[in-house]
Amino acid sequence: MRCWDPRIEEMPVADLRKLQFKLLKTLVYRVYSFSSFYHKRMKEAGVHPDDINSLEDITKLPYMYKKDLRDTYPDGLIMSEQEELVRYHVSSGTTGKPTVVGYTKNDIYNWSESLARALTSAGLGRGDVMQVSYGYGLFTGGLGLHYGAERIGATVLPTSVGNTERQIELMQDLRVTAIACTPSYLLHMGEVAEKMGVSIKNDTLLRKAIVGAEPWSEQMRLRIKESLGVDAYDIYGTSELSGPLFCECEYQQGFHVWADLIYPEILDPDSQKPLPPGERGELVVTMLQKDGLPIVRYRTGDITAIREEPCPCGRTHPRLERLSGRVDDMLIIRGINVFPSQIEHALLGIPEVAEHFMIEIDRKGALDEMLIRVELAKEAFSDKISDLMRTRRHVEKVLKSSLNVQVSVELTEPGTLPRFEGKAKRVIDKRLI
Amino acid sequence: MSCEQYMIRQISLFSENKPGRLAAMAKACQEENVNILAFSIAEAEGFGVIRALVDKPDAAFKKLTSMGFNVAFTHVIAVEMKDEPGGLFEIASKLSDAGINIEYSYAFSGKNKAILILRVDQVEQAIRLLHSHKFALIASESIQ
Repeated sequence: MRCWDPRIEEMPVADLRKLQFKLLKTLVYRVYSFSSFYHKRMKEAGVHPDDINSLEDITKLPYMYKKDLRDTYPDGLIMSEQEELVRYHVSSGTTGKPTVVGYTKNDIYNWSESLARALTSAGLGRGDVMQVSYGYGLFTGGLGLHYGAERIGATVLPTSVGNTERQIELMQDLRVTAIACTPSYLLHMGEVAEKMGVSIKNDTLLRKAIVGAEPWSEQMRLRIKESLGVDAYDIYGTSELSGPLFCECEYQQGFHVWADLIYPEILDPDSQKPLPPGERGELVVTMLQKDGLPIVRYRTGDITAIREEPCPCGRTHPRLERLSGRVDDMLIIRGINVFPSQIEHALLGIPEVAEHFMIEIDRKGALDEMLIRVELAKEAFSDKISDLMRTRRHVEKVLKSSLNVQVSVELTEPGTLPRFEGKAKRVIDKRLI
Repeated sequence: MSCEQYMIRQISLFSENKPGRLAAMAKACQEENVNILAFSIAEAEGFGVIRALVDKPDAAFKKLTSMGFNVAFTHVIAVEMKDEPGGLFEIASKLSDAGINIEYSYAFSGKNKAILILRVDQVEQAIRLLHSHKFALIASESIQ
């Protein structure tokens, strides 16, 4: 099948824009009327729904930030009544407070529909066996891909993360043809398979991988193709927008963003002015049909560019280029978002260490490893090595539970870590991606 | 018998496991005219603890602390040990029979005798026990 929903995916651009305007107008009226948060923000900005008379008028609307989700924890931004919600997902926040996303039945439908189009555009469909090796649970990756793959009629193998050897056995035994996971986990699977005497290239039917949730590169795409014989397709989405939403079509030149679901803008990170197609800046997203948690001009912090020229695949929807970084200091470790401020916050609660820290990230084999250096507090020094080891394990445990990602801790002498005035540079990223 | 006289103040330093740390500590002792009588290094992943018996513990503590080192005092005991096969067994077995645990220990062997330095979980009991078995304990004022 070429398109999942040809009526929408091949709609002439002019018609798409008309549809976008209609959806935007409805959305703005809805949030102004039913969301106290957006109502207040629009009042403050001196903008009324009647002022939105073209798609370009979207720039009159105020921005919304990740901080707003945190400040309104748990559900201040959720517009639907709880009985209308069919699911919650929760992601870790910047200072301990998580971000809660509520989904109505319609939100889940649109999310799955978005992925159904995306997976079809990557050449997947009925007859494929798709192993979903993203985490299932509060993280959106696993369940998102699961619903999308079921929608297109693929057979889903919901392996989630971990137990790699079993995953490889099942991949062989159940004739898996496609996998969804992080690119580093895919390479890791390749290495584990090799140790088991299994060649993913020759001994399995795996041919396509939908990979994302962490930074990766064209070089990695080539490495995956050469070592595993697998075509890797980039996928994009964040929990605030629902979860993973878009992936590359078979031409692999950026991912199509479905114009009936999302209106993307690109901002110059310095001047905050809109940038034309082709120029890189911060992605700002308006979700045109999201009910539970409406998203209007959300500053994603992701850096990319919009491409509007027609795609050889025939889809008329614009594409976004591969992400090339963040405007803030957010790190992505094994697919989990980590802000240095979370580490700072967690360390403040541990009297055995000082508040100064440095982060070193490396990729050992295929998995990200995060090392955090902290200074041992004077009062916490014990002459016994076992006490010091216990302190270190304690710090690791507290950080792990606050960041949801495995960390190693190194204790350093007091006063030895760098002190920063102004913008701190606490991260040393040694990953080759 | 007062046990206190046999409790020797050992200085312990927290140190990262990297070149130059021992040299920095040793140089500081030299500058303060502090003599190191015995020392050991215990290492774990990425860090270590330097332990030393010095003749002027207060001067060493002050100097090293002012340099930013994490320094602590710990009470250890030092006992003369026969410098011949069985010398260590004699002491270790007495402690073990009494259920006293040695947390760590180091030793040096000099011209005429060997000295065993012990950090135990029950300091006073260990001193009384060794004393009652006629072992020669080193009094802190004889060295510090």
